[in-house]
Amino acid sequence: MTRTTLKGLLLASSILGSAGLANAEDVTLTIESWRNDDLTIWQEKLIPAFEAKNPGIKVKFAPTAPTEYNAALNAKLDAGSAGDLITCRPFDPSLAVFEKGHLASLNDLPGMENFTPVAKSAWTTDDGKTTFCVPMASVIHGFIYNKDAFDTLGIAVPTTEAEFFAALDKIKADGTYIPLAMGTKDLWEAATMGYQNIGPTYWKGEEGRAALIKGEQKLTDAPWVEPFKVLAKWKDYLGDGFEAQTYPDSQNLFTLGRAAIYPAGSWEIGLFNTQAQFKMGAFPPPVKSAGDTCYISDHNDIGVGLNAKSAHPEEAKKFLSWVASPEFADIYANSLPGFFSLNSTPVKMNDPLAQEFVSWREKCKPTIRSTYQILSRGTPNLENETWVASANVINGTETPEAAAEKLQKGLDSWYKPAK
Amino acid sequence: MSSATMSEDSIQTLARPKRWHILVFLLPAFIIYSTVMILPLVETLRLSLFNTVDGQSTFVGLANFQMLFGEERWAADFWRALKNNFIFFAIHMLVQNPVGIALAAMLSIPKLRLATFYRTAIFLPTLLSFVIVGFIWKLILSPIWGITPFFMDLVGLKSFFAPWLGKPGSALIAVSLISVWQNIGIPMMLIYAALLNIPDEVIEAAECDGVTGWSQFWKIKLPLVLPAIGMVSILTFVGNFNAFDLIYTVQGALAGPDGSTDILGTLLYRTFFGFQLQLGDRSMGATIATVMFLIILAGVSLYLFGIQRRVRRYQF
Repeated sequence: MTRTTLKGLLLASSILGSAGLANAEDVTLTIESWRNDDLTIWQEKLIPAFEAKNPGIKVKFAPTAPTEYNAALNAKLDAGSAGDLITCRPFDPSLAVFEKGHLASLNDLPGMENFTPVAKSAWTTDDGKTTFCVPMASVIHGFIYNKDAFDTLGIAVPTTEAEFFAALDKIKADGTYIPLAMGTKDLWEAATMGYQNIGPTYWKGEEGRAALIKGEQKLTDAPWVEPFKVLAKWKDYLGDGFEAQTYPDSQNLFTLGRAAIYPAGSWEIGLFNTQAQFKMGAFPPPVKSAGDTCYISDHNDIGVGLNAKSAHPEEAKKFLSWVASPEFADIYANSLPGFFSLNSTPVKMNDPLAQEFVSWREKCKPTIRSTYQILSRGTPNLENETWVASANVINGTETPEAAAEKLQKGLDSWYKPAK
Repeated sequence: MSSATMSEDSIQTLARPKRWHILVFLLPAFIIYSTVMILPLVETLRLSLFNTVDGQSTFVGLANFQMLFGEERWAADFWRALKNNFIFFAIHMLVQNPVGIALAAMLSIPKLRLATFYRTAIFLPTLLSFVIVGFIWKLILSPIWGITPFFMDLVGLKSFFAPWLGKPGSALIAVSLISVWQNIGIPMMLIYAALLNIPDEVIEAAECDGVTGWSQFWKIKLPLVLPAIGMVSILTFVGNFNAFDLIYTVQGALAGPDGSTDILGTLLYRTFFGFQLQLGDRSMGATIATVMFLIILAGVSLYLFGIQRRVRRYQF
C-alpha cells in the first residue's frame, strides 16, 4: 500500500466514517448482554436471520456473566468501550444508564408501535415520555413439576395453598423424591423463585404493588408478611443441606429426577427440555382458597437499547427495528421457549410447557416483581435486602415478621412516597 | 600500592560528572509505578472526599466518612465486615501460621523421606487459581454431590456433617479454612527457608549441650526464625484485609448467608461496583477503600515500628 492511498484511506475513514457512510467495510455491531446461555441461539438463528436481510451489517453477541453484567456494563459505558447495542435490565438499572446519557431515546424508532405501554413500562422514564429500550421478552413465574412422579404418587395438580402443602406432604411421606428443589445458598433463588413467585397471590398483584409504591401499604402489612410465612413452611420440604444448595444444584436435582416440584421461572424451560428425561408440567402459584383470582409474576425481563455513543447509530437502529418486528418475536420466542415476546402480535409457540405458562396470562392477573420499579433506587437496596431476608426466613434464622420489619425499616430510611 | 591509589583517583574523576544515567534508568520504573500504583491510590483518596450532589461531583470534605460511621445501616455493615475480617485474620494466624511452621519444621528434619514430594504437594494449592479452589471446595462440601458426607459416613461421623457453607454460624469459619488450605504453602516455604539457613554449628553446639528434640525446636530454632514469622504475619495481615476473591467465588457478592461472610473486600465491591439492582456508588466505595488502606497502613506501621525493630536478629 502506498503512502498516498493510506493517507486517502485515513482521510476517507475520518470524514465518511463519522458520517456513518463508509460502505467499503462491513459495519460490526456488538451486543452487550448477560444472557450467556443464549449465545448459540443468537449465533445460529437470530444473527444470521438479520444479516441475511441486511448485507453490510455484521452483528456480534458478547455476553458477560449475569451477576457481573450491571457492574461491568456501567464501567464499560463510563469508559466509552461498551458495544453499540445494550441489553437492558428492566427498570431502574437501565433508567439510571439512560439518565447518565448512555442510552439514546427510541421514541421515533420504526417498530415501537408494536408494543403496549405496559410492555414498554420497564424501559420508560417515570413521566412516561421517553422509551429507551426495545422490549424483548418477559418471564413468568410458576412451578414446574415432574409429571411422572405426580402420576406414580397419584397426586393431582394443586390449585390451592392447602392442596399444595398436601401434595408436598404426600411426596415427603413417600420418600422417593425431594418435594421441593430449591436452595438458599445463592440467596436470589429464595427471593425470586420463592417470594416473588407466590407473593402476588397475597398482595393482589399490581394492586398491592402500586399501594406499596404510593405508601398506602407497608411491607409489614399482612399481605406482604404472609408470603414469608408460607415460605417459612417450605423449609421442611427442601432437600438435605438446602442451606448450601446452589442454583445449579437445584436445577440438577430436578432434571435428574430426584425432586418432584421446582419453583421456577419460565426461563428454565429451554434447559429443562434438553436435560430432563421425564414428562414435565407446570402450574401457577396456588391461590389461598378455591375460586380466588390467581396472580402471576409476568416480569418484563429483557430489552435492548442503543448506546448513545455508538459509532454506527443508523445500522444499530436498523437492527433495533428488526428486534421490534414480529419476525424477531417469532424466532426468539420459539428458539428460547420460556422467554415470552412482549410484541402485541401474538406468537405461535410450539413448546407445550411454554404454552402452559403463557396460557396463565388469560386466567390470572399479571404483575411484575414488587421490588423492581422505583423501590430499589436507594441504599439499602430493597431487592438485595429481599434476597437476604427470604433466605433467612427459609433457613429459619429470622421470623417472617422480623424480616418484613427489617425490609420496611430499610425502605423507610430513604424512600418517601409521593403524597 | 600505587595501582590502588590510581584506581581510587580514577573513581573520583569518574564520579564528578552528573550521573544522569541513574535518573534515566530509574525513570521507566518510576513512571510505571506511579501510573499504576501511586496515581490510582491518590485518586481513590481524593474520590473519597467527593460525592455527587445534584449530578455534580462536589467536594464534601469528610461527609462520606461521617455517613459511613454515623449512618446506622452503613455503620452496621461496615463494623460487621470489619469484625468478620478480624475473625478471618485470627483464623489464619491461629491455624495457617502455626501449622505452616509445624510443616516447615517437619520438612526440615534431615531423615524425612519424600520431603520434596510433600513440599510440592502442600505448596501446590497456592498456585491454583482461587476460582478453581472456590469451585472444588464448594463441590467437596456440597451436601448433595460432595464427597465430605460420603467420607464422613464411612467413618460413622455422618451426623456431624452440616451444610457448613450455608449456615450463618459456620460459613465464615469454613471459608477461612478453605483460604488457609490454599495459602498454607507460603508460611511453610518462608519458614522452611529460614530453618535451612540456621547453620549446622549452632545445632551441633546445642546438641553438645544436650538440647535436642522439642526443646531444641523451642529454644534454638524458633527464636532464630522469629523474624521470618514476623514477616509471614504481616503478609497474612495485608493479604487478609485485602481479601475478596475467595469469598466472592464461594459465597457470592452478597457474602451470604445473611452477610455472615461479608468482609471489607466484598463490602467494597458491592458498594463501588454495585450488585444486581444496586447501583455502584463510587464515592462511598472510595471511602471504604480509604478506610481499608488506613487499617492496613496502621497494622503495617505497628509492625514495622513496634515489633520489627525489637526483634533480635542473629548474625552467624
